[in-house]
Amino acid sequence: MPAVRGDGMRGLAVFISDIRNCKSKEAEVKRINKELANIRSKFKGDKTLDGYQKKKYVCKLLFIFLLGHDIDFGHMEAVNLLSSNKYTEKQIGYLFISVLVNTNSDLIKLIVQSIKNDLGSRNPVHVNLALQCIANIGSKEMADAFGNDIPKLLVSGETMDVVKQSAALCLLRLFRTTQEIIPGGEWTSRIIHLLNDQHMGVVTAACSLIEALVKKNPDEYKGCVSLAVSRLSRIVTASYTDLQDYTYYFVPAPWLSVKLLRLLQHYPPPEDPGVRGRLNECLDTILNKAQEPPKSKKVQHSNAKNAVLFEAISIIIHSDSEPNLLVRACNQLGQFLSHRETNLRYLALETMCLLATSEFSHEAVKKHQETVINALKTERDVSVRQRAVDLLYAMCDRSNAEEIVQEMLNYLETADYSIREEMVLKVAILAEKYAQDYTWYVDVILNLIRIAGDYVSEEVWYRVIQIVVNREDVQGYAAKTVFEALQAPACHENMVKVGGYILGEFGNLIAGDSRSAPAVQFQLLHSKYHLCSPGTRALLLTTYIKFINLFPEIKGQIQEVLKSNSNLRSSDAELQQRASEYLHLSITTTTDVLATVLEEMPPFTEKESSILAVLKKKSGRMSAQEAQKEARVQARENNAVPALEKVQNAQLNNSTSADLLGLSTPPATQNNNQSNTGVLVDVLGDLYGGSNSNTHNGTSSSPSLTSSGAVDNIKKFVCKNNGVLYENDIIQIGIKSEFRQNLGRIGVFYGNKTSMPLQGFTPAVSVGPGQQGKVTVQVKPVEPSVDAGAQVQQLVNCECVEDFNGLPDLSVSFTYGNVPQRLALRLPLSCNKFFEPTDMNGESFFARWKNLSAPAQEAQKIFKATSPMENASIKTKLLGFGMQLLEGIDPNPDNYVCAAIIHTRTQQIGCLLRLEPNRQAEMYRLTIRASKESTSSILAELLAEQF
Amino acid sequence: MMQFMLLFSRQGKLRLQKWYEAYPDKIKKKITRELISTILTRKPKMSSFLEWKDLKIVYKRYASLYFCCAIEQDDNELLTLEVIHRYVELLDKYFGSVCELDIIFNFEKAYFMLDELMVGGEVCETSKKSVLKAIAAQDLLQEDEAVEGALREIGLY
Repeated sequence: MPAVRGDGMRGLAVFISDIRNCKSKEAEVKRINKELANIRSKFKGDKTLDGYQKKKYVCKLLFIFLLGHDIDFGHMEAVNLLSSNKYTEKQIGYLFISVLVNTNSDLIKLIVQSIKNDLGSRNPVHVNLALQCIANIGSKEMADAFGNDIPKLLVSGETMDVVKQSAALCLLRLFRTTQEIIPGGEWTSRIIHLLNDQHMGVVTAACSLIEALVKKNPDEYKGCVSLAVSRLSRIVTASYTDLQDYTYYFVPAPWLSVKLLRLLQHYPPPEDPGVRGRLNECLDTILNKAQEPPKSKKVQHSNAKNAVLFEAISIIIHSDSEPNLLVRACNQLGQFLSHRETNLRYLALETMCLLATSEFSHEAVKKHQETVINALKTERDVSVRQRAVDLLYAMCDRSNAEEIVQEMLNYLETADYSIREEMVLKVAILAEKYAQDYTWYVDVILNLIRIAGDYVSEEVWYRVIQIVVNREDVQGYAAKTVFEALQAPACHENMVKVGGYILGEFGNLIAGDSRSAPAVQFQLLHSKYHLCSPGTRALLLTTYIKFINLFPEIKGQIQEVLKSNSNLRSSDAELQQRASEYLHLSITTTTDVLATVLEEMPPFTEKESSILAVLKKKSGRMSAQEAQKEARVQARENNAVPALEKVQNAQLNNSTSADLLGLSTPPATQNNNQSNTGVLVDVLGDLYGGSNSNTHNGTSSSPSLTSSGAVDNIKKFVCKNNGVLYENDIIQIGIKSEFRQNLGRIGVFYGNKTSMPLQGFTPAVSVGPGQQGKVTVQVKPVEPSVDAGAQVQQLVNCECVEDFNGLPDLSVSFTYGNVPQRLALRLPLSCNKFFEPTDMNGESFFARWKNLSAPAQEAQKIFKATSPMENASIKTKLLGFGMQLLEGIDPNPDNYVCAAIIHTRTQQIGCLLRLEPNRQAEMYRLTIRASKESTSSILAELLAEQF
Repeated sequence: MMQFMLLFSRQGKLRLQKWYEAYPDKIKKKITRELISTILTRKPKMSSFLEWKDLKIVYKRYASLYFCCAIEQDDNELLTLEVIHRYVELLDKYFGSVCELDIIFNFEKAYFMLDELMVGGEVCETSKKSVLKAIAAQDLLQEDEAVEGALREIGLY
């Protein structure tokens, strides 16, 4: 038994020795049960235990817990220890609580008082115990109980440094659960100024806190930028002896340096040229130091130095504005690619992925292509190889695509099973994105199926078929190639599917060659038939009926197959049905009918590659950083596409009415194309953002593309209060709202449509510049998780202070299957919601109308009708808008006039409306007059889009 | 922010666990099991980092003990290795060339030391001297109390 320090508990040491001497698991369990029974009886016994004994037994329980056994008693004894006047007993009590108590609220109520006492103690050791315990539990109750004390402790001049450090981090922990805990106002600058503290430990701890605060509210803490830069500058230029014990293996204050660099990454490059210059100097110095010979051979020296270096590179990439620094960073990482430390190679590959996305350093990264390919072949660690794959994917462009795709295909043959599927997707995307010659694309995909057929998902082979169907120039080649591929004795079922589909459509293009005559094609396909699953057989049956149309000469042969018992009486209903229907189709119909029914498939319409969405879903490690990376790749791509290319794309769009290469066209073009194609899109289109597609409701800059089939109905809510606001494959968001005078209540219902819970569910409402100070919204919090199939309701209370423009933002973020999602929506809260309809007769209407004759009080809009000009629907819209429809007042019975009052906190605004339809011209003229000048144009703006 | 730190032996026995984020006990056990088996199967020359769900795992082996930390995407892997190293240095200094047994028999001390180094999942004090000073102050209190206790026992206090 090794020596036990301090006043070790002998009984505990003996017990631990006993456990270690147990020969079997059973013996250990027996010994533990004996001890548990002993402790239980001691705790229950009448004899009062003294502090030492309590401490010893609590410690034994802790040890048993750490061995992996459940502990269901002893909590009260531990709580008692907290109020002991002996430090060692108190300390064990706190330890038990921090290890065993998660957020059990009953117990927490009991310990709050003890913690409060210790927090007020004169002895810093006691205060720290209390702070560490609060930080450990970190629950809402803790935030409520100590939210006042801890900020004071942090900035008070009387607090000792060691306590300040713990207080800063304790506050940070509570801030993460309860954001309101941080007082604003003058506290902001006091907290920021901790960056100037004399004590390095205090600065380090405070820096973590400030980083979290900045993340939440960058504007309020903007003042920290210059302080952080000057602190960083002092450290970077310090010699390693300056900082005494804060120098770590000859590296001055690496922890603080990294924290400061992290903090600065939450801001764009400083605007002040002085601060910016200083920061760049620091980054320059860090890059220079990386080139100096190491001051120590120890790995700790290199790790600490490079930790700072990587963080510096990270900020260089983040600002993406200093080409010189970016290229230097890239060269430095290039050196690491062949470093003997696996860790450095791993990080260099990872960081280079980001550099590859910057237009300034993309070319510099490409210089290392050979090394990266080599890493793919020689690295012994699969996680490093995975990084190499990622980097190759990121550095790929038109110039090196063929080579990179070929290398990835080569590697795929021996690649680890764990990364094959992702690699297949990546190869498929690169091949499609950079194909200049579609024969190459077809070759690549068929190779993928040949090499890794099991990992080729449906999306990949669907995609190759879509592309072949849509591109006439590649169809003959595709038919020839699949025909050859199918001749391999063992070919993957996915190959049979692709082959079956393509030959069924385009087999005629190669039928002239006797080696691939119709009968040969049919025999070849049919030789695979019996080895395939029912799904593939069903596909092949369709190929066969298509053959009957393409090649009447083999009709008899095919009919025989359809007639065979295994098909016509197949146990699979689908096969049976297809066989019998196809057979009768071929027997009873004329060739003309047959030719019409079995005509070549029309081109597929397409918005974007479905494979990319799958890749994003698949790689569970899609972090915010990854999303940024992807977004930047897209941005660079769009810039890099040469003008000629764009023209070609445009032509291509016109000729085939679908963009095959959804990826290489700027998204904006796609949007335009869509909105030109149908009225439906227009109806769902953007109401408030004009032509700017960024303000579209929907997933914006979201890492995932699950918005497929997303429907956003925000525009309709101008004239209604209830209904479905937004819906995609994952979530449905419904609205129920009611308004009275200047107050309103909106119920937002979030329904999870999937079979997995939505985690980290945080809907947030924020008012934009048009509503700032004019409307208040109060949002009730919701649970952070929405269970599968469940619906949660969130109440939003609102008040109209004065007339306002636009709608508040509703941003919903959550994680679905590890993929973060963000929906940028609008809350249907527009100014007209606070209308109260007002009835009046014709005389008073016109009297009021004349009263409001100042030019600024009137807003008029003339616009084209976008939906049928039916009386009933116009009335419904006007009523839904919230105004009283005054019938029989206007001399022209075709016109509509309305009146209402908007209630705000400060005033009532009278509003009158006149809508004049012109059915011949399909136009409307809308005139609104309001007693407040700004209001009329707001209302006209809202309503004009509704007809 | 560090989410948790685990110490376990080459035989896969958990020696210390510190959770900075609240997880239910069941999940804790599951995570621990998964990580221990993943890390024990990795070979010595492999990188010390792995991606695991949406976290980054950083681990290092010292003699018979593995130290394993889970950090978030924004955190620095290399510096986390040095947090581990600093912790090992502290244990070493305190126990005098620390071994697995020291941590088994004095697990509470190992916790107290970690609490001085890290609070709420962030590095609190990186100076070795300061941490050891704080621990020494604790020991001093402990000794005073021990003496006091002994004196009380023989009726002299």
